[in-house]
Amino acid sequence: MAELLKQLTEIGGVSGDEGRVRRLIEKEISPFVDDVYTDRIGNLIAYKKGKNSSKKIMLCAHMDEVGLIISAIQEDGTLKFRTVGGIDPRILVSKRVLIGENVCPGVLGIKAIHLQEAEERQNAVRVKQMYIDIGALSREEAGQAVRLGDYAVFDSKYVEFGDNKVKAKALDDRAGCAILIELMKQEYDNDIYACFSVQEEVGLRGAEVLGYSINPDIAIIVEGTTCSDVPDVEQHLYSTEMGKGPAITIMDATSYASKELVDAFVKTAQKEGIPFQFKKGATGGNDAGRIHLAREGIKTATVSVPCRYIHSPSSVMDLNDYNNTIRLLSTFLKGCGL
Amino acid sequence: MKELLKKLTEAYGPSGNEEVIRDIIRDEIKDYVDEIRVDTLGNLIAVKKGNGVKVMLAAHMDQIGFMVTHIDDNGFLRFTRIGGISVGNSINRRVVFKNGVTGVVSYDGDVDRLSDIKLDKMYIDIGASNREEAEKEVAIGDVAVYYSPFTENNGKYVSMAMDDRVGCALLIETARRLKSSPHEIYFVFTVQEELGVRGAKTSAYALNPDIGIAVDVTGTGDTPKARPMAVKLGGGPAIKVKDALVLAHPRVKELMVKRAKELGIPYQMEILDAGGTDAGAIHLTREGIPSGVLSIPCRYVHSDSEMVDAGDIENGVKLMLKILEGEIDIF
Repeated sequence: MAELLKQLTEIGGVSGDEGRVRRLIEKEISPFVDDVYTDRIGNLIAYKKGKNSSKKIMLCAHMDEVGLIISAIQEDGTLKFRTVGGIDPRILVSKRVLIGENVCPGVLGIKAIHLQEAEERQNAVRVKQMYIDIGALSREEAGQAVRLGDYAVFDSKYVEFGDNKVKAKALDDRAGCAILIELMKQEYDNDIYACFSVQEEVGLRGAEVLGYSINPDIAIIVEGTTCSDVPDVEQHLYSTEMGKGPAITIMDATSYASKELVDAFVKTAQKEGIPFQFKKGATGGNDAGRIHLAREGIKTATVSVPCRYIHSPSSVMDLNDYNNTIRLLSTFLKGCGL
Repeated sequence: MKELLKKLTEAYGPSGNEEVIRDIIRDEIKDYVDEIRVDTLGNLIAVKKGNGVKVMLAAHMDQIGFMVTHIDDNGFLRFTRIGGISVGNSINRRVVFKNGVTGVVSYDGDVDRLSDIKLDKMYIDIGASNREEAEKEVAIGDVAVYYSPFTENNGKYVSMAMDDRVGCALLIETARRLKSSPHEIYFVFTVQEELGVRGAKTSAYALNPDIGIAVDVTGTGDTPKARPMAVKLGGGPAIKVKDALVLAHPRVKELMVKRAKELGIPYQMEILDAGGTDAGAIHLTREGIPSGVLSIPCRYVHSDSEMVDAGDIENGVKLMLKILEGEIDIF
């Protein structure tokens, strides 16, 4: 299990460049499902026939992660870039990245402190001022390793630390992808469509076509979501808390979860003694925003693993939360009489 | 009409929680339509059968509200907003939950200037002295709405949910008075308009009508030093030209103007800078659906005291009836 999370989080898959993630998921999930296919926009769909199919249940996790895209190769061999998805520019400075199919290493350079004016030190560096240094000294040299439009991801290893905690990049939403794969190893009564969407981070795009094409009776989104139980945040502003179990969304900026499904999750958790929490606040959105509005409307809910510092090279998750999310979802799917 | 409007505006129904208002509307309209159903998202669809043009009329049932996200040790509730709740319209206002529990919305004491208040510095006080007491009455995820009585003065009605119960009332009244129409008419009472015209999207897809008309409130430019807008209370129903989500289909707009002229009722053309209605979702459904909006001018939209004019509503009903009873030749 940890091996699966490690592989999924260490591989690169910025929005629009999900190929490697898709191939890995396809390999891992194929033995446990009846059919696997990729649709025209790049979503991966794994279909598992139910023992007594009456309902069509869609599970959805997105494959893509936030990252960078190379927008220019400069005369001096450095690269300019744009961000893809929501990235706080302040976290970028001095980070290591891996670029393109060739996994070319690079570093986001900044003037050494000795060379900065006093004023420069007080202001956060903007993306426009940043560049990626790949060790090349000319445009020609850089052009041999990197092409315009190549994507760059954070170079960050999966590490287990503390009491059952992990640090990795892209837990949003490779945690969800891993959970879907784990869930497919079990048998269910209903037909399950485990869907791995593309381009969530740039506007829930893969989900838009998935909701239309799958048109399920029920959709459940599995996410790695924000967790803000950290210093200097008032308690009432915590979105979720690490270690307190899977987070059930009541409402976010893109959808109001089906009350019927939320109640079913709460009852399942209470019956099985699985810890759970409600996600507070209503900011952010996920694939549910598109799926619940597909065609004539689809009952949709979201269950998430709380992850601190998402959209950075080092997000942190509690493996107990991860395992409890799998437990909650598999129990729900087995007893799903909705 | 006044009694119906009072009943509808005083019913509970924030976005995503339209059960109560839906049951009331169903009761009010069921004797005047041939078929009635509720879809997956909760839209109420009442059908009056016919062989002519398929007409979708949409008014949203939901109102804006306050969703509880956190209950502190002293029993105060923190909240997030549902739809266009603003700080200014909420300071020290009263709110009510579905179960009748009332509260006062106020703000943290460390705020120096009113302009510094943000919604996450605000709370709802339900009079509970601690968390346990509060949790007996309210749970995380519960939603409160503004609480203010329906009043009438100088032919103007004031209430907390004119947006868009006035549209719901207009559609119900239209169904009641409609004597004969060649058209197949869908009276759709939508959910979650205030969260992004969501119910209209799925219901329009399901119904796939030939034409869509949303009925909703719009702003006015007739109060002291108001932002310029050529719509005033009492000036008649407004026929939308555009808002942030839709450019009214010219043929639909022209049909509405033509019928208003035939009736000899006052009407006004509406151009709304910000905001949108269900027509924003309907007109982009499937292969595109020619859509327009009949608006009721409303002062103080998204406050607990939204004001409309009785004559505008009455003329709105007449206009809608005239549109439905005649030929709809927009193609």
